[in-house]
Amino acid sequence: MLTHLRPALAMTLLFTLLTGIAYPLAMTGIAQAIAPEAANGSLIERDGKVIGSSLIGQGFSDPKYFWPRPSAAGKSGYDGTSSSGSNLGPTSKALMARIQGDIDKVKDGSAPVPTELVTASASGLDPHISPAAALYQVPRVARARGLPEATIRDLVLRQAEGRALGFIGEPRVNVLRLNLALDGIARRPQG
Amino acid sequence: MTLIGWLQIALAVGLVLATVAPLGAYMARVYAGEVRFLAPVENGFYALAGIDPRREQSWAGYTMAMLAFNAAGFALLYGILRLQDVLPLNPAGMPAVPPDLAFNTAVSFTTNTNWQAYGGEATLSHFSQMAGLTVQNFVSAATGMAIAIAFARAFARSGATTIGNFWADMTRSTLYVLLPLALVMALAMVLLGLPQNLSGPVEATTLEGGKQAIAQGPVASQLAIKMLGTNGGGFFNANSAHPYENPTAWTNLLELWAILAVAAALTATFGRIVGDRAQGRALLAAMLVMLGAGIVACYGAEAAGNPILAKLGLTEAANWEGKETRFGIATSSLWAVFTTAASNGSVNAMHDSFTPLGGLVPMFNIQLGEIVIGGVGAGLYGMLLYAILAVFVAGLMVGRTPEYLGKKIGGREVKLTMLALLISPMTILVFTALACVWPGAAESLANQGPHGFGEYLYAYSSGAGNNGSAFAGLSANTPFFNITIGLAMLFGRFLMIVPMLAVAGSLVAKPKVEPGAGTFPTTGPIWVGLLVGVILILGGLTFFPALALGPLVEHFAMQAGDLF
Repeated sequence: MLTHLRPALAMTLLFTLLTGIAYPLAMTGIAQAIAPEAANGSLIERDGKVIGSSLIGQGFSDPKYFWPRPSAAGKSGYDGTSSSGSNLGPTSKALMARIQGDIDKVKDGSAPVPTELVTASASGLDPHISPAAALYQVPRVARARGLPEATIRDLVLRQAEGRALGFIGEPRVNVLRLNLALDGIARRPQG
Repeated sequence: MTLIGWLQIALAVGLVLATVAPLGAYMARVYAGEVRFLAPVENGFYALAGIDPRREQSWAGYTMAMLAFNAAGFALLYGILRLQDVLPLNPAGMPAVPPDLAFNTAVSFTTNTNWQAYGGEATLSHFSQMAGLTVQNFVSAATGMAIAIAFARAFARSGATTIGNFWADMTRSTLYVLLPLALVMALAMVLLGLPQNLSGPVEATTLEGGKQAIAQGPVASQLAIKMLGTNGGGFFNANSAHPYENPTAWTNLLELWAILAVAAALTATFGRIVGDRAQGRALLAAMLVMLGAGIVACYGAEAAGNPILAKLGLTEAANWEGKETRFGIATSSLWAVFTTAASNGSVNAMHDSFTPLGGLVPMFNIQLGEIVIGGVGAGLYGMLLYAILAVFVAGLMVGRTPEYLGKKIGGREVKLTMLALLISPMTILVFTALACVWPGAAESLANQGPHGFGEYLYAYSSGAGNNGSAFAGLSANTPFFNITIGLAMLFGRFLMIVPMLAVAGSLVAKPKVEPGAGTFPTTGPIWVGLLVGVILILGGLTFFPALALGPLVEHFAMQAGDLF
């Protein structure tokens, strides 16, 4: 074992310098040079202030905004320093009670509630909902804003993203971007 | 299940298969010492460490070198975690990691498990992530690859005494395979939207006027090697479900490829080293049969969903709890199968919230020993142990001395093989039983009833199998779980490797015999069928009682509408 002591210690230190210091620092330098926006977290600013990241979901509860999926990140959800799923299993009483509570919250009319709108995501930071889940909320948002449903529905359809090449990924709407666009309508001078 | 879902699955599997031949051939050249484009770095490392790469080692020397290197890596990582509060690059001001958690984490990353009893963004400094974890992501994977290559040499050589030089094999794995792949992948990931910075959390003012802190860090560089090295330890708690680790369907596809790419290609490398490429293809075929069965079962269960939910008046019964909108049911299920087929253990959906049968598939994949393509290196040598067992069973049936690749398999090899293969089931079942009766352990459970038992069983399977994924509802950051899962990881890694290398030492000394009329052919469908059969019978019989108490009972309870 002693004959291996020097190689073991030396190799551990050398590989720490190469793969633990040089590699991540070089990648940081390159990333900051070629793709600074992504490398710094794809942050969105409005009026010079950071209002979130286009990749990270954000909590909404005001009826005039579209709501995201339930979140188990942090104590009150959408905590960007504490990502987590609920980890509740399919026969959990706590899960069924939570889902029933979320159904009662979003239920609007007699149509069935979109499943993913009342199920928590894996990260607790899911920035998306499905177009169906956004369209489901159109009547509520329209009422709260005093705008015609058609205007809001058009906005949702414009913000919806499809599958890449027609089959990769899932159709989705970025909730924060959609809500920003909503605020954009409200800010536009009427006339 | 949808056609589009299956097309996405076919694309990911197709990508993995497309790189098997070229990457496998390249790695064969690396281990033959023919690839030298970083020769100054490589030779510099050897010189500073006092290593002669041409001096080969016996199996015992190889094993001692591997153990010494892993012990040094463990010590350094433990030290970094304990001292991270005074080390640089700690913008969020993380305190030192407590001893039991530091032990668990250091074992976890040196054994290529990457079980995480902590939440990355809530516990670790950037320095710990980079100089601690990222390093072990490289070298623990390189260790597994080196061992697999040494085992392959044992079949290729005739009447020899040495199986290679550990330092050379490990260094070449890192410099010529893992590092170049990681550089390219990290770059691609940055271009596809991943963060790569050294900042602390960013404060955002939300549209509704609230505050949201968003954790940052060198994510892309760590993610690349976490996927390629079948490590699986996420920068963030939510791992590859976190939008910063996996923001789009494209990153998802590339990460899925990276889970299996190196391990699948090693079967082709093996075929080239033993001089018969059909042997490598036969092993890959057996792996693919089991991979396909797992995908069908898991995707089927998740798409069918939960009948209890269906009664609540929702649009679809498919199991969306713990899954991300952008990935959907198909690639979330596919990921669960890939990550446990390999010893990767990263997740893009929460396995704890899977349906009972959907969650059974990843658990069973791990329990079989992750030989369904498997971890880098670990998958290949695990599969070779099963191959030895399968020729032994075939030999018993016809009353001939079994042979594999021209090596006669004797009593010593079969005994050591069984020892290596039984360590992991014993560790899993004994520790699971212990957790069931340990006072206070049940307080860590997030779910009750059979699903709670499943959380224990999954945890020790993941530990002993060096996988690292979890039924993550289990609050495993307690001294009891940190220590027992830490031990399970050590047993599952090293108590398997040592007898396995002893088999290599015994095989390398044997002369290679020419195949005769009575030699059982180890290529073709009959062999693949036999190999899969031996794996399923051994795995199935060992784990059926435990699985019956967990996921199977839960499945019938869910069908009956029972809640716990």
